[in-house]
Amino acid sequence: MALAISLMSGLLFLCALAWPADYKGRARQYYAWFLFLQGVSLGLFLTLDLLVFYVFFDLSLVGMYFLIGRWGHGDAEYAALKFFIYTLAGSLAILLAILGLVLANDTLTFDMRELIAAQPLQGVDVRSSLVLLGFLVGFAIKTPLVPFHTWLPLAHVEAPGPASAILAGVLLKMGTYGIVRIPFSMMRETFAAYALPLAIVALMSILWGAIVALGQTNLKRRIAYTSVNHMGYTVLGIAAAGAAIGGDAARTLALNGAITEMVAHGLITGALFLMAGSFWQRTGTYELSAYGGLARVAPKLMIGFFLAAFASFGLPALAGFVAEFQIFAGTFAIYPWLAAIGLIGILITAALFLSMLQKIFFGDLVDQRQGFADLNRTEVGFLALLLVLVVLIGIYPGWLLTMIETGSAFLPLQGTEG
Amino acid sequence: MMPLGDILPEITVIVTAVAILLFATFAPQRLQWIGAPIALCGLGCAAFLCGLQIGSERLTFTGSWALDAASIWGRLLILGATAFVVVMSPDWFERDRRHGEYYAILLFSALGAMAMAGAADMLQLVIGALLSSATGYVLAAYHRDWALSVEAGMKFFLIGALANTSLMLGAIMMVGMLGDTGFTGMSAALASGKPSPVLLLGTVLVMVGLSYKLGAAPAHAWMPDVAEGAPAPSAAFLTVVPKIGAAIMLARLVSLFPLDTAAIRPLVAALALITMTIGNLAALWQDDLRRMLGWSSVSQSGYALMAISVVGLSPAAMPALIIFLLGYSTANLATFAAITHLRGRTDRADFSGLVSSRPLEAIAIIIGLLSLVGIPPLIGFVGKLELFLATIEGGYTWLAVAAVANTVASLFYYLRFIAPMVFAKSSSVPATLGAWSGAAMVSGPIAIVLLGLLVNVILAPLIGTELLPS
Repeated sequence: MALAISLMSGLLFLCALAWPADYKGRARQYYAWFLFLQGVSLGLFLTLDLLVFYVFFDLSLVGMYFLIGRWGHGDAEYAALKFFIYTLAGSLAILLAILGLVLANDTLTFDMRELIAAQPLQGVDVRSSLVLLGFLVGFAIKTPLVPFHTWLPLAHVEAPGPASAILAGVLLKMGTYGIVRIPFSMMRETFAAYALPLAIVALMSILWGAIVALGQTNLKRRIAYTSVNHMGYTVLGIAAAGAAIGGDAARTLALNGAITEMVAHGLITGALFLMAGSFWQRTGTYELSAYGGLARVAPKLMIGFFLAAFASFGLPALAGFVAEFQIFAGTFAIYPWLAAIGLIGILITAALFLSMLQKIFFGDLVDQRQGFADLNRTEVGFLALLLVLVVLIGIYPGWLLTMIETGSAFLPLQGTEG
Repeated sequence: MMPLGDILPEITVIVTAVAILLFATFAPQRLQWIGAPIALCGLGCAAFLCGLQIGSERLTFTGSWALDAASIWGRLLILGATAFVVVMSPDWFERDRRHGEYYAILLFSALGAMAMAGAADMLQLVIGALLSSATGYVLAAYHRDWALSVEAGMKFFLIGALANTSLMLGAIMMVGMLGDTGFTGMSAALASGKPSPVLLLGTVLVMVGLSYKLGAAPAHAWMPDVAEGAPAPSAAFLTVVPKIGAAIMLARLVSLFPLDTAAIRPLVAALALITMTIGNLAALWQDDLRRMLGWSSVSQSGYALMAISVVGLSPAAMPALIIFLLGYSTANLATFAAITHLRGRTDRADFSGLVSSRPLEAIAIIIGLLSLVGIPPLIGFVGKLELFLATIEGGYTWLAVAAVANTVASLFYYLRFIAPMVFAKSSSVPATLGAWSGAAMVSGPIAIVLLGLLVNVILAPLIGTELLPS
């Protein structure tokens, strides 16, 4: 799991770095912060020490704060402030939970492997419930799940395109990755007891994210809310996998789906946000009403955007489908009703993407968009890199699943009964 | 025969202070700065002598002076912080007619704090607190012709007079009820007898007195005024050094009380909560960097009280207190050093765009503030981590949760100063002081980062040590 997500992160960072952006005259600092963030993110996904995990978790906030605040537009300062404070609250909740978990262990260790083996907190007494709550609230803020998502749209809209891509593609994954790595693995019994409420929160995110996204008139806000929706799928899959009911096969399926969704969402939404950045570079606005008929002037952009959007709402043969299919197939075996309601989310996502595509690319060309430039060679190259992978995962998911399953063996699913 | 060797660090400090005083009396104005290198030499020697004591764990001078990890590391910290303030000072006081004497008073004040950190006797405690206060008034009001400085000194003095009276009264009551001035005897009396109301009243009065030195509620009101009005090096000194001495003192006092009688620890926990909340709420909308730092120092005292409230309940309490004080001192001093180097500018608007006009100073302030929040891997993070660990282990989880809420709130006001520095455009390049303050300004952030990465060197010997007498 860690390998798949780190590979995806590394690739996305490469594309985001290469993507043309408005440096505001400080190119050196811009790249320095990006590389700092990349180092921190990879460190977070690869570490096996809880304390180091927390250190990287917090540092990612610092890096993103400066990226949004300095190179963002509009009310960037406020957005950066809100992002920092909100997610710091989350990470401190995680810190307390980490301490609660570690203190419950016999020896004072922060080694993840030892803690997974020891399972220091069991059952559903007050203490383990509070520790789990700390973890889940902290990670839910980062993921973000409804009702902790309100920092996300603002941060996304004001951040520069490549930073949004990283925020959605990599930083949000820290939340779901954290859930799988820590509460899911280290306090299996307690997690199982609270899997259903978590699944319901995930379902709320799926529906709320989709419905609110449908109502947005701002290109980036719309994509941002679909992130809430997609991360909802991921958490639904994790919750289903963590529940102590249902067969091993279904739970493995749900977990694999959740991890595939993390990779797929990183690639797809990363690509979408990079393209959104290109819109801003050319026109300086994200309002959907300012666009129309771009198919004529920017065919390459159209192809890329269509592909990514289709993948995002889960059209077969693209990466999103593989992920969502597995999540729903797994969840149906465990929480059939939740899965059934969750499917409505996919329907709404399809509607919102199609209407957005229609608005931007079809219809009459808006006058002030006459000189709209198509994607240049760099942009096409790196976009192709991301989208080829999306298609590859879609038609031949085996290699990714093997990689994930090899990694999941590390997560001893068989430990619980059922 | 008195074991004079045990207080060699203190003797060194006092001899150096006297030497500086003599030198300053006869040296011409242009040579007054030489007081600074003399002070640094004295502090260095004292720190070396103090370092030699590492590892010892005993009471000396017939039980009135403690030589344990808390006392030794606390005094080392006081010496280090004082040396840092000395480096900040020569440029600031260059034209002051009484430049040289400043270092002597700094050393006397540091001596008071050291006496508090090492005290294992009620009278010793009172003497240390009074020495630290009396010199503190002078430091705060050092600019006699400047209204703000005099106001700061006056406020410091008035609150101090009240608090010290309370300390004396309380000390008399405690000694009277327990029949001994030494902590060993007091501890034994506490363990055997039932606590009487007079004893509790006395304890509370002593705590009020110490809260003044600590900058904690209810005697915290001088902190913002001193931070804003006192000369910047004095402000740095007074917000840090007395606090170190008082925190260790209070921890030792709390450790005397047995766990089951007298609800002294919940009282400290309540004070911690009140202090950190008041400090944070007052800091939220400050538009003056130094005043904000003053209020943030109040809230940081609240965090320090967290560790004190679990003394005896968690073996991690004492290491947490020392590491937290180390983190707080380094961060606060580094920030004040940068402010000093920028000639004491303090209005929020004056810092706009500092990153592009004065990058080094801006980075120093930003690192200092982030360390105060507790962002890893800076030393402030380790301090907070240890605090939370000790508090949860000691059974005060609610206090840790409150501290987390306060930390989130504190991020807001620190960012209120960081944001314009980084994001706004600068209008002009602000003037700076000279080489001395520059050196302090540069070494501050380096210390924050290095200490954060190498904290294990200090933390490892602290683990498992106890407060004397126990």
